[in-house]
Amino acid sequence: MKKNNGFREPLTDTQLLMTITICIFIAMYGLAMIFLQGGFLHVQQVFDLLNDNASLIIVSCGLTIVMIGGGIDISVGAVTSLTVMSCVLYLNNGGSIFGSILLALGIGLAFGIIQGALISYLEIQPFIVTLAGMFFARGFTTILSVNPQKVDHEAFNKLRETKIEIDWLGYTAKNGTRIPGRMELGVIVALVIVVLVFILLQYFKPGREFYAIGGNQTSALMLGINVKRTRFLSYVICGLLSGISGYVFMMHTGAGNATNAAGMEMNAIASSIIGGTLLTGGVGNVAGTFFGTMTLTTIKKIVVASGLNDPWWQSITTGGMLCFFILLQSVVLSRREKKKKAS
Amino acid sequence: MKDNTKKSFDIKSIFRGGLGQLTIPIIAIALLVIFNLIRDPSFFSIGFSSNNEGNTVLEGNLISIINSASELAVLAIGMTLVTAACGGQDISVGAAAAIAGSAFVKVLKSGSEIGAGTVIAAFVLACVVAMIFGAFNGTLVAVFKIQPMIATLILYTCGRSIAYWINGGATPTVSSPIITAIGSFIPGIPVPTPVIIVIVMIVLFKLLFRFTSLELLTQSVGINGSAARLNGINTTFIKLLSFIFLGICVAVAGCIGVSRLGLINHETLLLDIEMDAILAVAIGGNNLGGGRFKISGSILGAYIIQMLTITLYAMKVPSTDVKAYKAIVIVILVVIGSPVVKQKFNRFMTQLQMKKNQTAVKEGGKA
Amino acid sequence: MQEDCLLKLRGIEKRFPGVRALHNVDFTLRKGEIHALMGENGAGKSTLIKLLTGVYSKDDGTIYVEGKEAHIHSPQDAQNNGISTVYQEITLCPNLTVAENIFIGRESNMVVKRKDYEKRTAEILSNLQIPARPRQQLGNCSLAVQQMVAIARAVDMQCKVLILDEPTSSLDDKEVNMLFKLMRDLKARGVGIIFVTHFLEQVYEVCDRITVLRNGELVGEYLTEDLPQVQLVSKMIGKELDELNTLSEKDDIVKEKGEVFYEAKGLSSSNALPFDFTIHKGEVNGFTGLLGSGRSESVRAIFGADKVNGGTVKIKGKQVQIDRPIQAMKNGIGYLSEDRKGDGIIAELSVRENIILALQVMNGFFKPISRSESEAFADEYIKALSIKTASRETPVGSLSGGNQQKVILARWLLTHPDYLILDEPTRGIDVGTKLEIQKLVLKLAEDGVSVTFISSEIEEMLRTCSRLIVMRDRHIVGELKGSELNQAQVMRTIAGGETKNEG
Repeated sequence: MKKNNGFREPLTDTQLLMTITICIFIAMYGLAMIFLQGGFLHVQQVFDLLNDNASLIIVSCGLTIVMIGGGIDISVGAVTSLTVMSCVLYLNNGGSIFGSILLALGIGLAFGIIQGALISYLEIQPFIVTLAGMFFARGFTTILSVNPQKVDHEAFNKLRETKIEIDWLGYTAKNGTRIPGRMELGVIVALVIVVLVFILLQYFKPGREFYAIGGNQTSALMLGINVKRTRFLSYVICGLLSGISGYVFMMHTGAGNATNAAGMEMNAIASSIIGGTLLTGGVGNVAGTFFGTMTLTTIKKIVVASGLNDPWWQSITTGGMLCFFILLQSVVLSRREKKKKAS
Repeated sequence: MKDNTKKSFDIKSIFRGGLGQLTIPIIAIALLVIFNLIRDPSFFSIGFSSNNEGNTVLEGNLISIINSASELAVLAIGMTLVTAACGGQDISVGAAAAIAGSAFVKVLKSGSEIGAGTVIAAFVLACVVAMIFGAFNGTLVAVFKIQPMIATLILYTCGRSIAYWINGGATPTVSSPIITAIGSFIPGIPVPTPVIIVIVMIVLFKLLFRFTSLELLTQSVGINGSAARLNGINTTFIKLLSFIFLGICVAVAGCIGVSRLGLINHETLLLDIEMDAILAVAIGGNNLGGGRFKISGSILGAYIIQMLTITLYAMKVPSTDVKAYKAIVIVILVVIGSPVVKQKFNRFMTQLQMKKNQTAVKEGGKA
Repeated sequence: MQEDCLLKLRGIEKRFPGVRALHNVDFTLRKGEIHALMGENGAGKSTLIKLLTGVYSKDDGTIYVEGKEAHIHSPQDAQNNGISTVYQEITLCPNLTVAENIFIGRESNMVVKRKDYEKRTAEILSNLQIPARPRQQLGNCSLAVQQMVAIARAVDMQCKVLILDEPTSSLDDKEVNMLFKLMRDLKARGVGIIFVTHFLEQVYEVCDRITVLRNGELVGEYLTEDLPQVQLVSKMIGKELDELNTLSEKDDIVKEKGEVFYEAKGLSSSNALPFDFTIHKGEVNGFTGLLGSGRSESVRAIFGADKVNGGTVKIKGKQVQIDRPIQAMKNGIGYLSEDRKGDGIIAELSVRENIILALQVMNGFFKPISRSESEAFADEYIKALSIKTASRETPVGSLSGGNQQKVILARWLLTHPDYLILDEPTRGIDVGTKLEIQKLVLKLAEDGVSVTFISSEIEEMLRTCSRLIVMRDRHIVGELKGSELNQAQVMRTIAGGETKNEG
């Protein structure tokens, strides 16, 4: 063995996949700035992406945790939707903002706890449990109200309208008026959650244990980790984040609709994958997931900005990009495997 | 007293897996039947009536359950194979069915008249298209070793858009007696045609298992791929094959769906059916992680799902709310079927048995 | 005497459905001793160890740790009682770093002190001379290093009782010696070590005491110097060793060379360097060398198990192409792989299905073996190889290791191969079954089947093979036959003292 003076440790699988994603995102955004110009030259474009997708980012963080632990949760979109509808109705029936926040957290937690318990302690396949969770949340949303409901609550609407304006990140419009950079409160929530989850995963015991149970469940048990409790915790956090995501979604749209957040679970899974999370578990990072979400949403913007307005272009490009990232991961990891064998 | 013990014994043997893998689906069907009998015995009445074309046809809730579950049952067959071989599920079947359906309609609309030849050509093309997309998914899974759910997420994302492109953004309709016959009834036969198609598919797959070693090979690949390879099995081929078979099932389901409505709507055709198909496989007692499988379980699973839905409709539950109730029943079923619960139940029954024996001994002593 | 006892088990009982795995077993481990736990497969060693580590719970009996009764229901309980285990299969997480693998699951702190862990890990690794770096991803280390990391973890946990469950089966001699040095170090520090292994020589090298189990019952506890090797074996299998002796007399029989069955020139694969190899009809030859010398990789290349890169292959003088297992099988070659669990059994399928699998594949996709036919095949081989199974429909995964191996042997015998490659067929198998397999190999050779036999135990190879091919550093460095077939000569060739090359 050579001396490791000044030796740089090779990247772990997690770091490698995340680095690839971040590089591709930067390259893609750079190319858009050069060739498409327009909105891409303004910081506001990034803010808009964040404003529109704050709740997706939150949900993706939760899903990343579950996927690192080797599980899957496809109920996140439906829970988001149920949270929106419940909170809207609660607010419209004279509820307080504080109460509505508690309600959102409560719904998320309830789903997380029930699904987590069924998966961890009764050892039922996560796909089926969360599929049932998804059906239940979607069905219950329509039981609450089939028709779209708009929030009619003065204090909440005031809160909703509150935007953080950052003047120096703004731009001057053609007619000379200065437009500051505008960010919604939900974005702050999303960014804080990304940071918190990042810290949890990297520097806290439960975070590392998620990686351990995803890497090898039997080993994790032998290493003295309470596998069931750890897995349970991953679903509880994911459920809780779905609840928060629902609240952020409501702050963005200000209305509840049975079709809210339709297909969000698949977008969140796609974000996690693009961000370098493996469905097999044990590999992934929430910073990657953040960039995964941004990549996914930026490509949609680019498609529209390129003048391909037909709605089907967006989903075809998304599919194509997913295909690219999935193949890339597969190739990168299998080459690594080969190198390891050879050495 | 005596009867009591006997009864508990029977339940125990069922829970121990006296019926093997089919225990849970059979219990589920029994529960649904009993529930409906108590609620409204007329639920099960079957009668004859004449339809718009003047044919005498079977009618009743049971018939509509079996009829409307046809697409799901066909997809469940293919999904079982993919699950067994690859240890994962294809979530793109709904989107792929929309593509196959669009190809089907495209050919039907190409000529001026829709004859039997056109329909066959259209069906063959739909099959080929669906098999190509199946092969695409299969290649990602078998060659690039990507988990099925991730691999098929691609087609799930963009499949319906491809269908939209084939249809040119419209929802073309087809009207022809042949298509109507496929979608509802063949004149003179009182059984709905989709049901006949399902039976044909089941027979075809039974023959496939009878005359090839597909079953053993698929299970081997699903349980231990590395060992299967060293025993000379081409694991890549078996996995690919499972996706191609699923492709055929997708095409059949898509064509039934189109024929039923007489139009192709790329957005709503077999919407969300992938989830139900996976559910059918799971309710059928198959391990979603791959390996041993029973097609009959999955088909039963499909009918259970549909029976549940129709029961809820009969109870005047709005169609949008059905999902919530369905979820509750699913949870109950999987909880009963979970290994942990089974174990606890068995332990409980053994203890009960021991107590009973003890009291019996005591009573005997007294006597 | 009493205070010296670290661990005392009394009257241990464990039942599984239909089987009594342990009956009234006592076991005592004293401070600072290395205690071998011996027995055939199915004798109850693994069950006993799993009871101590909290994987199973006992049905009856008492466990005392340092004189106090201990209740062990989970791996954590075992850890809290100072009992650490290193298993044959690596039980660490490949996706985490070496440092994390040493510390995860042990700290009650919520915050992970990475820097601190890495510093301490660096110290531990250099103390134990383990060639790994703290921040290295564990999955990128070799299996042997992973094993050492697992031991490092146990050592750092200040364990009082260290259980080593076949830790040496994936290590080469140098690494085994390192491990033994480590074990003696720990012994000097007062740690009690329970050592489970199938290598008898290793027992006599390091152990102070031996406890023998047979059929779930205690045979006895002995001081190592009081129990000669022959007696130990007879206590383990419960009969005298006449059979062993008759087998070893075989040395003198020199097989007459039949026609050449298989001939490879410059054969190479993605894992094996080019080599030449010939085997005659009815010959038993062996590949030997240290682990990683390329012996397994070479036979895999013969079977087409890895990607074949070049070389010509002739079977019975006719040139054939073999780059996939199925082609090898069609040419009459069978291969029993080194990794029984990973590459051999299909655990959830029944004994019957496992037995017919290879034949079915050879018959082809469109000619399934009928149910009645397959039942007849299964019954025939269950009887012929005396496979112990509840029925032919029992999932093969629930059989003991030795019986699983027999099922795989049956699978290949059913294809009636002309040439059978057996890579470590006796690893992790009890002495009785080992003997049966050795006898079977010789019988096959008598019937005209060529056999390549690989084993880590040179003695076993010397007993069965009439020709040994010695490998070092992925090259063939010698070929021994006749009078050269003795332990000293083999050792010298492996070590490279005097290289001999015979065409």
